[in-house]
Amino acid sequence: MNMHDEPLVYEISRPGRVGCTLPESDVPEYALPEGLARAELDLPELDELSVVRHFTRLSQKNYSIDTEFYPLGSCTMKYNPKANEAAASNPGWKYLHPLAGEDLAQGALELMWHLQEQLKEIGGFAAVSLQPAAGAHGELSGVLMIRAALKARGEHGRTRMLIPDSAHGTNPASCTMAGFTTQTIPSGPDGNIDMNALRAALDDTVAGIMITNPNTLGLFETNIEEICRLVHQAGGYVYGDGANMNALTGVFKPGASGIDVMHFNLHKTFSTPHGGGGPGAGMVGANESLAAYLPGPVAVKDGDRFMLKMPQKSIGQVKAFYGNFGVLVRAYAYVLMTGGDGLRRVAENAVLNANYLKARLEGSYPVPYRRRCMHEFVARGTIAEGIHTLDIAKRLIDYGFHPPTIYFPLIVPEALMIEPTETESKETLDRFIEALRAIAEEAKAHPELLHDAPATTPVARLDEVMAARCPILCYRG
Amino acid sequence: MPFIPNTDAERAEMLKAIGVDSVDALFADIPEHLRIRKLDLPDGVSELEALSHIDSLAERNVQARKMDWFLGAGAYHHYIPSLVPALAGRGEFLTSYTPYQPEVSQGTLQAIFEYQSMASKLLGVPVVNASHYDGATALAEAILMAWKAKEGRSRVLIPSDLHPEYARVIDTYLTSFDIELVRYEGDPASAEVDDRTAALVIAYPAFSGEIYPVAPAAARAHEHGALCIMQADPVMCAILQSPGEQGADIVTAEGQGLGNPLNFGGPYLGMMGTTEALMRRMPGRIVGQTKDRNGKRGFVLTLSTREQHIRREKAVSNICSNQGLSMLQTCIYLAAMGKQGLTHVARQSYDKAHYAAELIGRIPGFSIRTRRFFREFTVATPVPAALLVEKLKARNIMPGLALSHYWPERTHELLICVTEVNTRAQIEKLVAALGEVAK
Repeated sequence: MNMHDEPLVYEISRPGRVGCTLPESDVPEYALPEGLARAELDLPELDELSVVRHFTRLSQKNYSIDTEFYPLGSCTMKYNPKANEAAASNPGWKYLHPLAGEDLAQGALELMWHLQEQLKEIGGFAAVSLQPAAGAHGELSGVLMIRAALKARGEHGRTRMLIPDSAHGTNPASCTMAGFTTQTIPSGPDGNIDMNALRAALDDTVAGIMITNPNTLGLFETNIEEICRLVHQAGGYVYGDGANMNALTGVFKPGASGIDVMHFNLHKTFSTPHGGGGPGAGMVGANESLAAYLPGPVAVKDGDRFMLKMPQKSIGQVKAFYGNFGVLVRAYAYVLMTGGDGLRRVAENAVLNANYLKARLEGSYPVPYRRRCMHEFVARGTIAEGIHTLDIAKRLIDYGFHPPTIYFPLIVPEALMIEPTETESKETLDRFIEALRAIAEEAKAHPELLHDAPATTPVARLDEVMAARCPILCYRG
Repeated sequence: MPFIPNTDAERAEMLKAIGVDSVDALFADIPEHLRIRKLDLPDGVSELEALSHIDSLAERNVQARKMDWFLGAGAYHHYIPSLVPALAGRGEFLTSYTPYQPEVSQGTLQAIFEYQSMASKLLGVPVVNASHYDGATALAEAILMAWKAKEGRSRVLIPSDLHPEYARVIDTYLTSFDIELVRYEGDPASAEVDDRTAALVIAYPAFSGEIYPVAPAAARAHEHGALCIMQADPVMCAILQSPGEQGADIVTAEGQGLGNPLNFGGPYLGMMGTTEALMRRMPGRIVGQTKDRNGKRGFVLTLSTREQHIRREKAVSNICSNQGLSMLQTCIYLAAMGKQGLTHVARQSYDKAHYAAELIGRIPGFSIRTRRFFREFTVATPVPAALLVEKLKARNIMPGLALSHYWPERTHELLICVTEVNTRAQIEKLVAALGEVAK
């Protein structure tokens, strides 16, 4: 980590410096529209080397998968192969204009078509759209599809969407954006959906249910078929949140269990980089009952030609053009390199690594649901008086690890949600176990080490309350 | 399998520690009949094979830089300095997550703060968020934001002269709500703002390239208590007045042209900014400056009580990511181009577009439809524009977008875009070719 203060670009700006020059203009100058010229453009003035050093130094103030173990639950921080980047930076994609026309973009359309076919097979779907730009965008697409299908059936009274209490916040938020109200379904003592509560909630006002499987506790919903059957019987649809698909590739096809529509996060399971927050890609797949409603356009094949087409009853476009294409190229490279055989080994090793961590940590950190976990598990930070999960997370940083997801899912107080992924070695997992065990000891003997952590970072714990109360959201020079 | 380090011996040790005798036993919670053995996909191939296959696909596309390229229409061929991808591609930026642990994410957080700062100056609004999926979704979310802010008002006025794909995205996003979308023609000052209007949307410039006067329209919207949303071209804002100084309450923009490649339509950069009065209603991630325990400056995600992970169904939006890398590319681009560089990009695009329009306007049968424009303008053509495009493509010139692509009835209109990468020689070649094939 780079511990030195790095000034803001505006603070290192000096009048007259230039970071990039263009060729001299070879056309006459034309007058700007009267009264519309801009008086002042307050952008910084830097030379090229200063820009390079500035952003290089900033990069060194990040933990990343390339530098540290990053076991963030539900985020699938697996290694992002460098070949993905090589594939995506091919000039044949970078300089391809989205309106170049199908005849000038056959390679891109063929790639999209192949990826659609691969994802159909992996998920067990009848059809796939690559349009959504992120997981939450896929969710919005999926619930809009459900809405459109209900409307086509003339069922205007179905306005309620059921959501388990362990779900990601995006699920209820996506429902609101699709005009549904939400009802929370509690989890039972085994961490799965409480089936009695589900049965009681089902009636003719239910539009459907949104299920994450494995759920955010890292547990497989063992009643998945029965849940789908009950919801279908009641006239609703089942949405699958594919955030945790890394546990299941090549082992289980969600489409075969009764899920009607589902998104995959290509930036999780399919190894495209998270980029400090994005861009992702949240492809949606659907079974026969909803396939016609998919967002579009999608790639179709006609003989040896590839074209773009809107699905027959499409909910429409959810973004301009055809999806986060650059992300799709990376996912396609990953599926090719991993293959049908490798995708199964991905799930096997992701689940193995998580169970190994759980087995060796549950003596020090209470695990509320004592079952086999899938690709992740949830423990609790209640290890000593006066110690909170936040303290453990911050202390882990001093040991050179990115903390797990904390305080989520909401149904586990003081939650630590740990997802190692399949790309980590046993040595790394062992070092992580040793660190967490050492922290558990420190929590009793030297709690101040946890309270004062992190001590090895460019900044110590930050005042988030002040940030929200008196917002400073841009440079005030 | 190069991405899985576990050896058979290690797997055996780990299974022993877990207390099971096979990996299959770990999947016991999945009903047996739903478990599959293998996917019907080919086995994995080496990096060499995968990349050579992908390369063969990429070669079947035509690159904008290999033709004389005059097509924009929402995706712009601007020059990207080499340092932009070199820096943004560093693994520490590329492979980090959303900066939820600020002490180990100051790099990403400071970069977002710097992007917010530069974008705020460019767009002329005090608050800019960390980005949306693209310009179209940013605009759709801005409309929802305005509609919620103006409770009880159900009308939203949008221009007919708006990118058709943006209009479609708006339709999709608004489908569940009781919002009356009214399309107006031409000058936004002619839009019928009334006391039921939540927002007036102005495209600056319009899809045709026309720059309508916006300040009077914004003032009218405010007189009626409505908000003014401007969808702006951020490159144009380097030389023409910003949306903020002309009265926009919410600004959205497609930031692709600021350092992001064409990439067949994505990932792009949805920019959004607003006033301090509305900032707590704005969707999207925001970074703020604060201090650590020792009084040292640092940056954190802030105003999170707007967001889905806190507010769930009551959140202002379901958005849960930003276009991190696209935003970073734009941040680095703005820092590298700086005041002078970006002004030159905008100025050269403007001058070259006007030079092209002047010459094309002199070709018999052609006339320029757009009165005031930046780098893109609409031309009425004497023969069907789609035919011109086909014929010029054969000469390795992409003359623009035939508007029949979006509106089948608009057969004789061509939307032409000129940027700083086009040379005078290319422009003159385009003009000569248009004149010849239209005869």
